[in-house]
Amino acid sequence: MLWQCARAGGRRAHTAHGSGEQVDSLALALGLIVSLDPGFLAVVGLSLRVTATAVLIAALIGLPLGALLALKRFPGRSMVIVVVNAMMGLPPVVVGLLVFLALSRAGPLGALGLLFTPTAMIAAQTVLALPIVIAITRQIVEDLWGEYREHLLSLGLKGVRAVPTLLWDGRFSLTTGLLAAFGRASAEVGAVLIVGGNIAGSTRTMTTTIALETSKGDLPLALGLGLVLIGLTLLINAAAYGASRVGARHAV
Amino acid sequence: MTNTRRRHLAAWLCAASLFCAPAFAQQRSITVASTTSTMDSGLFEHLLPLFKARTGVDVRVLSQGTGQALDTGRRGDADVVFVHAREAEEKFVAEGFGLRRRPVMYNDFVLIGPKADPAGVAGGKDIAAALNALVGKQAPFVSRGDRSGTHQAELALWRAAGVDLTAARGAWYREIGQGMGAALNTAGAMGAYVLADRGTWLSFRNKGDLAILVEGDRRMFNQYGVMLVNPARHAHVRQADGQAFIDWLTSPDGQAAIAAYKVGGQQLFFPNATDPGA
Repeated sequence: MLWQCARAGGRRAHTAHGSGEQVDSLALALGLIVSLDPGFLAVVGLSLRVTATAVLIAALIGLPLGALLALKRFPGRSMVIVVVNAMMGLPPVVVGLLVFLALSRAGPLGALGLLFTPTAMIAAQTVLALPIVIAITRQIVEDLWGEYREHLLSLGLKGVRAVPTLLWDGRFSLTTGLLAAFGRASAEVGAVLIVGGNIAGSTRTMTTTIALETSKGDLPLALGLGLVLIGLTLLINAAAYGASRVGARHAV
Repeated sequence: MTNTRRRHLAAWLCAASLFCAPAFAQQRSITVASTTSTMDSGLFEHLLPLFKARTGVDVRVLSQGTGQALDTGRRGDADVVFVHAREAEEKFVAEGFGLRRRPVMYNDFVLIGPKADPAGVAGGKDIAAALNALVGKQAPFVSRGDRSGTHQAELALWRAAGVDLTAARGAWYREIGQGMGAALNTAGAMGAYVLADRGTWLSFRNKGDLAILVEGDRRMFNQYGVMLVNPARHAHVRQADGQAFIDWLTSPDGQAAIAAYKVGGQQLFFPNATDPGA
């Protein structure tokens, strides 16, 4: 309901200020935040939940895998590293298409009925976030291993057994990697649009709402939502940075 | 790593998963693949709460072009298809992907263009003459180019105007492959002409220098039809609830609800479920 209010408000502001689109957007962005409109909160909540879940899954898989890739020597290792690094640049729209084809009723996983659900969006974002987590973890752990190799070996920690220690020691750098993965997943629109379908109240995220409002020609509201998204990203990064600062102080 | 640290990490992971885990609630719902025009014009926002109040069924709407919406139905990724391209709909049913097609309502297309009107078509009622004038003046024209119902209607109008697009197309004819709103945004930014459905145009918020230049030609009639995806082909189709939605749309109650939807005092869609030829 307040969605409509925000829109009507924007319209009024629009006629009042003439071409003051930026002013409208800022006012709309603030209005949306202050009003705590349920429709708006649902969209923000879904965006955060989908991306947080995707990054959590990517972390659970990617951190150990990246560390193993750093420590283990096996034939074809260089090629795997190059491929993983390259996959950081995977086009989201292609990921969306592949997940769509897999989850569609006509596809191999169609029986699960997951297409056009938040789960499908989580799957797509996980695929996007995973290469970043693996690649950055691999680099950080490899550097740490180079530095503390002797020390860890003297404690009897090598191979898989060294993974938890190295991940823990690299946790602050790894946080930056996870934030990069979070950023890639939350900023993405092409893939979630394809696999989520932008269904109101069900799979509509912040980025797909922005795309929709742009197509409706409601540029002030689209820009206002964009400002909210940027603000949220800033908040999350500030919180992570603050937490790692506090953690670093206590760790010494 | 010490044990306390490890426990610490485990606790964090648990906390994180608690935040993420809440199940996405599932209720009685159907998925309808429909067009950008029904969504962007705000019709569904008006209709769906009424239907839900009556039946308790949640309708999840995919807003796609008509071609894409029919494909979604073919793949079995929707329960109901609600689109506007009669030939394509009849083909969809004939191929066994959908059950019986029911006419629902119509609106009309309008030719939009810059108020300056470089091709001099404003005020006309003959779309064929107007399109020929555009070709003659090589006036910029934005085409949806996305196999949507509007795109197919546009192509039919060029044929009706006797214009052979393969021969006539040049830099003036710009296919953007996007939805109605995006096409209007593009036309506004380029000072180009564009064919739009009246509903999307009336509720469009970035009209800028654009205006309706040609309207009222019978050939610009835009009929909507609705079909259930064939449960014999896709067993998971929610037949009862999907059929209930179709029945409601074509019932006197649903038809009245469609007629009651207005933007700026103007009725956007005209119900005609009882018109056998529609």
